[in-house]
Formats: sequence, C-alpha cells, structure tokens
Amino acid sequence: MSPQRMNNGAIRYDLTVIASWIEKGSRVLGLGCGEGDLLYHLKTGKQVRCTGIEINETRVSKCIERGLTVLQGDINEEIRDYPDNAFDYVILSQTLQQIYEPAELLQEILRIGKKGVVSFPNFSHWSIRLQLMLTGYAPITRQLPYEWHNTPNIRVITLKDFRKFAKDAGFRVLKEVAINTHNRDKSGNIIRYFPNLRATYGIFLIGKDGS
Amino acid sequence: MSEYIEHDSTGVSVGLVEKKAFTFAEPPEKLHLESEAILGPITVAYETCGTLNRNKSNAILICHALSGDAHVAGYYSEKDQKPGWWDIMVGPGKGIDTDKYFVVCTNILGSCMGTTGPCSYNPDTLEPFGLDFPVVTIGDMVEVQRALLDHLGIKKVLSIIGGSVGGMQVLEWSVRYPKRILSAVPLATTTRHSALAIAFNEVARQAIMADPNWNGGNYYAGSKPNTGLAVARMIGHITYLSDESMRLKFGRRLQDKHDFSFNFDADFQVESYLRYQGSKFVERFDANAFLYITKAADYFDLGKQHGSGSTIKAFSKANAKFLVVSFTSDWLYPTYQSRAMVKAMKKNDLDVSFCEIEAEWGHDAFLLPSERLTGMLRGFLDHVAAENE
Repeated sequence: MSPQRMNNGAIRYDLTVIASWIEKGSRVLGLGCGEGDLLYHLKTGKQVRCTGIEINETRVSKCIERGLTVLQGDINEEIRDYPDNAFDYVILSQTLQQIYEPAELLQEILRIGKKGVVSFPNFSHWSIRLQLMLTGYAPITRQLPYEWHNTPNIRVITLKDFRKFAKDAGFRVLKEVAINTHNRDKSGNIIRYFPNLRATYGIFLIGKDGS
Repeated sequence: MSEYIEHDSTGVSVGLVEKKAFTFAEPPEKLHLESEAILGPITVAYETCGTLNRNKSNAILICHALSGDAHVAGYYSEKDQKPGWWDIMVGPGKGIDTDKYFVVCTNILGSCMGTTGPCSYNPDTLEPFGLDFPVVTIGDMVEVQRALLDHLGIKKVLSIIGGSVGGMQVLEWSVRYPKRILSAVPLATTTRHSALAIAFNEVARQAIMADPNWNGGNYYAGSKPNTGLAVARMIGHITYLSDESMRLKFGRRLQDKHDFSFNFDADFQVESYLRYQGSKFVERFDANAFLYITKAADYFDLGKQHGSGSTIKAFSKANAKFLVVSFTSDWLYPTYQSRAMVKAMKKNDLDVSFCEIEAEWGHDAFLLPSERLTGMLRGFLDHVAAENE
C-alpha cells in the first residue's frame, strides 16, 4: 500500500511514510516520541510492541494516558540500557538536527535495533538556498522556524550530507524517501526528481554495514 | 507520609465504607517470618471499595505508607470529618475509578491500625507484645496481604499501587508473586533506603527510645512515650517536605507574634507546625509500631533479598507492566533511585513507563492533588484492563 493511500488523516504525513515501513507485530523504540502519535498509530494499527523515550514531562504523561509505554529521559542516556538487537526498528524522527553526537547515537541505534529510521528537515531545499542568497540572513522556514540564537536545531543537514555520513560512519542506507510536506501537515507527496533541491524532509531506513 | 487527608474538592466520594478484619495463621498454622520467627494468629484490617466482578479480574491492591491505614477512601460514618487517606485518588470517576475497579487496602503487618502489631495482645501472655513482637519485613507484610487476597478469592490483581513504604510493598510483590499481578505502580519509592533515609529513621527511633516512658517498649499499662514519638514525627515531616516547600509554606515567619520571645517557645511558624504535627500523631499512632515499620523499611533491599545483591537479577523474576513515578523535589526517595529501578527493569526487557513529575512539595507530593498523576494512573489502568479483557 502506498503511503498516500494509507494516510487517513490521523497522523502527520512523514509519520505515515515511516509507519508504512514498519512490519506488523515488530518491536519498535521511538526516540524523542513526543506525544506518541506514531507509536499509538503503530500499536493500534499494526500490533507493534513499542516503547518511547521523551524528555518532556507533559508529553510523557500524555503518552502514558494513551496507554503507551514511555520513559522520561534523555535519549542519549536511555538508549544505553538496552541489550543488542532489542528492537526491530529504532526511530529517530525529526530529531537528528538536535543531536550533539550524531555518530555515537546512530551507532547505538544500530546496536540496539536491527534497523534504524532517521528523518530530518532537508537544509538544501531551494527555498532555504534562495533565502540565504537573496536576503543574507540565516534561513527561517516552516520546517526550521527559529532564529540562529534560539534554535534547538544545532545541525544543518542535507540529504546528500546524510548519504555521505552513512558511508563515513559505516552504516548502510537501505531505503530513502524524500518528501515535500510541512511541519504539522497530514498531507504531502514523495519527491522523485531532484530531491535534494525539492524535498523538505528526508526519511532514511538504515542498517548495519553488511546487512 | 503526612496528614494530607483532604476532602475531594469535587465532593465526589465512594461514600460509606466498612473497616473489615480477617484472621488467619491460627496455631499451629502460624506464619513463618523472614526473621525465622513464627507468628499467629494474625489479624489483618482491610477496606474494600467498588464491586468485584464475576471473574474477579478487576481488583486493585493499594499499599499504604509508613503511618497510613486500611482506610483508603470514603467515610466510616456520616459524622466523619475526614475521608480515607487517598480519597482524592480513589472513588467514582477518579484516577483509581471505583465504578470500574474493586479496590482493596490493608493495614500493614506491624502497624497499629487494626492489623496485628506490637500493640496487639500476645496470645501467650495476654499482654500487649511490646518488643516481644518479632521484627517484620516488607516481605512479611506482603505475605499477609497475599493471605487476604487468597481469602477474598482473588488470584490475580489488575494492579498493585503504592507510594513510599507502600511502593516497597509493590516492588516486593512484583518479584515475590509475579504471576499474581498484571501491573505495578511504585510511586516515590526505592528498591532500598539510602544512608540518608536510614539516618533519619534512626534519629526518629532514638527519639522514641530516649523517652523514659518508652520503658523498653513496655508502656501499654502506663504513660506512653508521647514526647519521643512526637519528635520522631517531627523529623519525619522534615523529610517529607523540601527546602522549597518549607520556604514557601513557612519561610522565617513567626507564629502569632511580632518579635522573638527570647525563650524556647515555638517562635517560628515551622516550629509550631512541627509541634502540632507531632502532637496530632501521638493521638493515633503507636510508638513501637513506628519502630517496627521504620526498621522494616530500612531492611528492605530488593536486590539483596531477591537477586543475590543485584537489582537487575531481582527484577528478572518480575513480569508485570510497570509505571514508575518520582517527584522532582523528593529528597527522601530522589529520582535517581527511581531511575535505577527503571534501568534494572529495562535490562530485563520489562514493559516499564517512567515519569518524573515536577512538584515542589517534596516526598509528600504523591499524596497531594495532581492532575498529572491522576491522568496517568487512569490511562495506565484503563489500558491494562483493556489489554487483558
């Protein structure tokens, strides 16, 4: 089933794409899971056994009220307690740009998970390039809506950067989808041509080298 | 825990409840305690709210803390000024919903609120036990609760919930009888006391034992060690609050005066508050019971008892779904202790959720109205119930 058809409007478009990659009944860890929209969708729709990690108390309590299993804590710390291959998928959705030590975290993701799903806003979208070129100010977009001094997004990443990073850090990109959607949008579309220029987000399925 | 018993501001209540008692372990079938002493007969005081369903699958066991009792919610009579100690959480439509669940709460072994303890009559001497009462453990308390559940015909509880020393019972249940509980909610608790917690308990015990009326625990025929017990309670109250909550609640404000008295009366509000709490406590609590229960809490060490020293190994025996909750300003059972138990649960692949609630009221926060705690408990229990239908 294509992601477009699967989306009944319940969750964000990028999460629908991720959900379409997760097999029924698998074990999933959601890092920075927010209020648990994706995990709830996976649990109820695909009988996935899921756990979330989230640092914000309000969001954690929302997740628990929804019947999700969620731990309040820092993802870099919490991830260390799990044994190798404890999960089928470890999902890092729209958080990579805020990670201080991305190589270390991705290594941990692929230690405790058989596969990882990583999504992030694409910093080489044409509108970002244009803003910088024409205005000279650090770009502000709907995907990255902060000014340089108050942004939690300490890293800027492009789709190309991530592919190169995968090679350098020694993991494999098993699948990738570039999408055009906005921050909270439930609709969007897949970009097949010139994704690095036209996609607002990239979603990558990654595996251990040799997998 | 403090005297925070409040009327629910919504006015909703489970209504009239009854204090019940069940006696078991009649000789020669006495209960074998962890200390290798044997005890019997044992009476356990308990209260139930809600209705047990036909297949007895909707029971929730609530475990009270150090100075609590079986009276968890509702009123014993229409004249009662105060409801049970967790009336804000337990009742129709509340966090622990008595329209859905059958709530059982027992007074713990060694206490003085109806369950056998040091102030009960020793059948051998027909005098109160005093220090002849054997030292009991959290595990022994759990055995008594188990006996009551057997008596009620409840093979498996939907959840077991408790804070502080009640949380220790929850943890003990989770590894001692994993097949008898579906879920467990340890609140503001620890798998073992820190040196700080033991130190406070020891000072409190010394205050009691230094009172000449204590008389080696043999005071039931004469004056009680009220001064010692009141001081013990004052120490307890300091540990239940926090720097922040005491600053907000009292600061350096004076009690009913504009200047210092230049004597040793209670000048500050905080002094007056502690004296009041101490004097109120002695009306309802037995000094020896305080000694026994604090000792049981100090001895509690889940890893030592069930995992040859390893908490991880201890939790390998558990299989309940857990919800662990701590409070930011709790310095008696700080968050790091909850995190340590969560870590041990994770390493055992247990289904565990954890939330640290921002609260300024110290250890007592678990007893105070909290929409957050109420919402989480409600959602958690609903899903445990739905997943096991």
